[in-house]
Amino acid sequence: MGNENKPMKLAYYPGCTLKNQATNFDVSTVSSMAKLDVEVEELDRWNCCGTVHALDSDNVMNRVAPITNMIRVKEAQARTEGMASEFMTSCAMCYNTLKRANIDVKARSDALETINNFLSLEKTKYEGDVEVLHLLEYLRDRVGFDNLAKKVTKPLKGLRVACYYGCLLLRPKEVAFDDVENPTIMENLIRALGATPVEFSHKAECCGAHLTVGKPEVIADRTDKIMGSAHEERADLVVVSCPLCAFNLDFRQDDAKRLNPDFHNMPVLYFTQLMALAFGCDKSALRFDLQHIDPLPVLKVHGLD
Amino acid sequence: MDTTLRITSARDGKAFVAQIEKISGQKLLACYQCGKCSAGCPMAAHMDVLPNQMIRMAQLGMHKQLLATRAIWMCVSCLTCNSRCPKDIKIAEVFEALRRTALRAGQRDDHLKIMELTPEARSVLPPIATISAMRKLTS
Repeated sequence: MGNENKPMKLAYYPGCTLKNQATNFDVSTVSSMAKLDVEVEELDRWNCCGTVHALDSDNVMNRVAPITNMIRVKEAQARTEGMASEFMTSCAMCYNTLKRANIDVKARSDALETINNFLSLEKTKYEGDVEVLHLLEYLRDRVGFDNLAKKVTKPLKGLRVACYYGCLLLRPKEVAFDDVENPTIMENLIRALGATPVEFSHKAECCGAHLTVGKPEVIADRTDKIMGSAHEERADLVVVSCPLCAFNLDFRQDDAKRLNPDFHNMPVLYFTQLMALAFGCDKSALRFDLQHIDPLPVLKVHGLD
Repeated sequence: MDTTLRITSARDGKAFVAQIEKISGQKLLACYQCGKCSAGCPMAAHMDVLPNQMIRMAQLGMHKQLLATRAIWMCVSCLTCNSRCPKDIKIAEVFEALRRTALRAGQRDDHLKIMELTPEARSVLPPIATISAMRKLTS
């Protein structure tokens, strides 16, 4: 952690959805990092990460978008004192796509050369010299959960939290920063915030991802099973790190309820919102107004509203 | 009477098998049908053909049957199968190769018509959903 006088500077990649429907994820990330004395600086001229990693081995075109962002990081580093050749994103999907493209071009110099040639108008060449970090691993490895716990002014005492990982933080194993089958990093964070993590069977089961666009009935089934398993363990709410998981698990609860009348509505928050809450950040850093299922009733039960 | 008997390993669909192996970067014959991919697949309930069966069909070069399955469009690349396969086959990559084969063909076999959604349905969708769906399901 940086000392009191000089906060650490960290390049930050928000991604498209954090600037649209998931503003709550963006503002809670920036506000809680400020409480940890980490100054996040949004990358200048960042572009779409590519959203999904193209799994076809002959696909170089879909690496161009993520790699352009690596060039933006190098530019930011060149003009900012005290900034490392790395950047952080809190979106699980951006993390996965950026990290995989980075691993891919580091291993395939021919693909990297093709991309650099394609981006010949850029003044900076990419040479595989930028590291992609997810906020959760930054918090664990650089800040440390013990240090983080010291910044808690409003412990989330009594709050039962189900940590949902989905797919992209864990798979494939080359990008995973925790155990693929039984991750615990979010539970450890939640514990540092004073809340009680609850185990549930579907914490690493896919939410159905992009099928939400054309086949919401499939997502209704996934949401019913995932949220149902958290409800069975008497969770108060579910936390996520992916805006697509958040949309499916939160906004598709109406569809889940139509599918299964016994479905129990439960709030879905970003892990950064719980951090901001525990650090005593202003309401404007929480943006609970953007949730589909209102978390205030359950927070009120625990005196946290 | 002249009779010609030709003994050959050539099969219909051999070129297709080679193409899928090339695009996916996977060796299809490594699969010994343990079924672990299908057991853990969160989308299996919505598939007409299970992942392990898809691999078997791909080994046999069943080109037309594979590209006509609902399964290739139900796979969302969650990679659960990949991370659990005891033979380290990346099943999701095989599915991607099948989708790509369908989408790269001349007839543009798109499986999402975004403008056919109601304006209300479209307006609630975050960009992360729309872009990923278009990347996976359209040419």
